[in-house]
Amino acid sequence: MVDLIVLLVLLALGYGFGRYAEKTHYRSIIKREKLLRKIPAIASKFPPMYRNPPETILVTGGIVISVDYFKRFVASLRNIIGGRITSYESLLDRARREAILRMKEQARDQGGSMVFNVKIETASISKGRKNTIGSVEVFAYGTALLIKSN
Amino acid sequence: MLLTNLEIVPGKRITKHLGLVQGSSVRAKHVGRDIMASLKNIFGGELKGYTELLQESREEAINRMQAQAEKVGANAILNVRFSTSSIAQGAAELFAYGTAVVLE
Repeated sequence: MVDLIVLLVLLALGYGFGRYAEKTHYRSIIKREKLLRKIPAIASKFPPMYRNPPETILVTGGIVISVDYFKRFVASLRNIIGGRITSYESLLDRARREAILRMKEQARDQGGSMVFNVKIETASISKGRKNTIGSVEVFAYGTALLIKSN
Repeated sequence: MLLTNLEIVPGKRITKHLGLVQGSSVRAKHVGRDIMASLKNIFGGELKGYTELLQESREEAINRMQAQAEKVGANAILNVRFSTSSIAQGAAELFAYGTAVVLE
């Protein structure tokens, strides 16, 4: 009985705080993505040719994000029936967009105008119980071009 | 020392390839951060302590890679890649590698 109450409290906490955190995070992501739209992140390896070649600088952005109790519970139910685990999808989507934003912010602060050869890497850095995901690290990096306007 | 993850450097010619250079750093999280992280596992959200920790260790890995490149006399590292692996419970390895070259 006590176990059940603890479980329900944890689920409620996870649901409440997790939902709130996700909502505010998405709001800030969308706002900053609009601001940083002028710095494109491009996966191409070869930058265009310029008459006076730009300086380059390595820019990185990373985030470690944790899944909440409610999402983990829903995912464990999903594991029984199979199918898409949307609760994890939104988590990874948030983490990836945040990592790219941080990379772009670093590029902007250094005066870069675009980021080339963007690579994104995901690593699960700590496992939860029964090998479920605990926290995920997403790391994005690329080369920023510092184009001098002439 | 110029670091880039492109294979070329715009406007510069590579005069010499000096081979692969690498740097790694294995870090463990400390207990305080672990307790915070386990709380966060209920509420969800960003683990700022871990983000910083991994950032620091990655810088350390980059520094080691740079030191190695300097030793072989390079002035740039091209095609830099990163990789992360959790090698044990509570410890992660951050690894950086790239090609050391001499630019004109």
